[in-house]
Amino acid sequence: MSVAEFVKGVHDGQIDVVEHIHRTLEECKIINKEYGYLNLISEESAIAQAKLVSKKRKGAKGALAGLPVSIKDSICVKGVESTAGSAMLKGYIPPFDAGCVSRLRQAGAIIVGKTAQDEFGFGSFSTNTGIGFTAPKNPFDRLRSCGGSSGGAAGLAQKLSVPHVALGESTGGSIVNPASFCGVVGLCPTYGRVSRYGLIDYGSSLDKVGPIGKTVADVALALKVIAGFDEKESTTATVPVEDYPSFVKKDVAGLRVGILKESFGEGTDSAVEKSVWGAIKQLESAGVDCREISLKIPIEYGIPTYYIIAPSEASTNLAKLCGLRYGAEEKIEGDFNTYFSEVRSRAFGKEAKRRIMLGTFTRMAGYRDAYYVKATKVRRLIIDEYKNVFKKCDAVISPTVSILPPRFDEIKNLTPAQNYLIDALTVSPNLAGLPHLNMPVGKHNGLPIGAMLTTDHFKEGVLVQLGAALE
Amino acid sequence: MKVDSALIEHVAKNARLQLSRTECEAFLPEFEEILDVYKKLNGIDVTGVEPALQPVDLAPNLREDKIKASFSQEKALANTKHKKDGYFKGPRTM
Repeated sequence: MSVAEFVKGVHDGQIDVVEHIHRTLEECKIINKEYGYLNLISEESAIAQAKLVSKKRKGAKGALAGLPVSIKDSICVKGVESTAGSAMLKGYIPPFDAGCVSRLRQAGAIIVGKTAQDEFGFGSFSTNTGIGFTAPKNPFDRLRSCGGSSGGAAGLAQKLSVPHVALGESTGGSIVNPASFCGVVGLCPTYGRVSRYGLIDYGSSLDKVGPIGKTVADVALALKVIAGFDEKESTTATVPVEDYPSFVKKDVAGLRVGILKESFGEGTDSAVEKSVWGAIKQLESAGVDCREISLKIPIEYGIPTYYIIAPSEASTNLAKLCGLRYGAEEKIEGDFNTYFSEVRSRAFGKEAKRRIMLGTFTRMAGYRDAYYVKATKVRRLIIDEYKNVFKKCDAVISPTVSILPPRFDEIKNLTPAQNYLIDALTVSPNLAGLPHLNMPVGKHNGLPIGAMLTTDHFKEGVLVQLGAALE
Repeated sequence: MKVDSALIEHVAKNARLQLSRTECEAFLPEFEEILDVYKKLNGIDVTGVEPALQPVDLAPNLREDKIKASFSQEKALANTKHKKDGYFKGPRTM
């Protein structure tokens, strides 16, 4: 059943929302035991919310009435522990809802829990978990990764049998990467399309909230609900929100799609190539004009640019986490430097410390111009190159990730730099703030493969249109 | 540039992190490897290029400067045990 059909059932009184949420929560518990997709199941508040919808009070006639939704742990939910997967925020109960969560609630959606992730989003496999957290497992093979950093969101989107949408967050590919590894649809919108208010930030010029679900229509509907200007978030856009679900049935004939030539060949798994080419053929047979394009600067310089800018921003954002006001605390002793350093050293995990160190270094006097400032200039060139391509194309297609989901024992042997290379195809659309979508396009040895479509700023409708043509 | 334990310790101090000797030793080769990745940017000329501090040209959307209801002191202080007389309590700064 699609999300739209489910919501219609609720509007028509055919579905008992309270009974349905009880059933959903039970299924979440069973799945969680085996796969670890949720850091927390918000049973009590979910039931209370379902009762409100059922009594035709809050959100009963909304676009997502009664729909179970899960929220990445880095997005604040009022009254529900929100940790971003970090011991640093263990015990933090936000006194407010994130902007996207308020919109979901107003639309009648019911929050079932907080999904597992890499600590603060620092990873591509959901294995860089905070102290005391565990990595979620791939829905098709529990010895393999879900991808990351929104791994729990994508895993739950695949595994839950009832209609459901997960909210993920992407800084360098954290929506489409796990969607690809878990065989679901993930849509990362344009930077500024969805409010970041209440998002526990990683990189403020990069972070985007977006939906993950089983179908294009499901994520299109969720995006329509969460998108739009938020007076509490000055980087949200006033560009009108389109009716994304209406793009599902739009004819794709005549659209022009660029095939990213640098994403094929050396370094890309042959099974991944084959499936993505299959998707390209499918678009061509629907009348899409597909032709090869090149994005030399984004592909060649995306990784170093991203891995300078993102840790630089992360190290400043995480400076506020120091054992005061919320989260991890110690007995107050000594001066502030000693106190802050002690709390941070105890509560941050390994990758969080690594990225704080890298970001502090790239912003330090004597190194700032050579690293941070230079990277921001290369970012400009990356954006410009995409903009030029979009003069000739409506979208770009490539594999989302060039490999199949790896096993945990393989990931363990990767050095941090090798680990970062997994993001080769996803970092540049993120640096450029462009909307991008993962579409499941095949399987190899039972493991899912995803194709990534990228469009120009605020062209999410075209993503939906092309994505639907691949279903 | 020489990457050595003195540099790592200096960065850690600025980052308000106390790294153990083991953490420092593990971080040194990782840091060198990551800086090698960064070096790739030496191959691109950015003369005359304006930095991109954010990806989308968004007009500043500032709300009207009007006082509105906000968090109560009680709510703002709810997540810490370090508080006194309605204020956050922190370590000494001098």
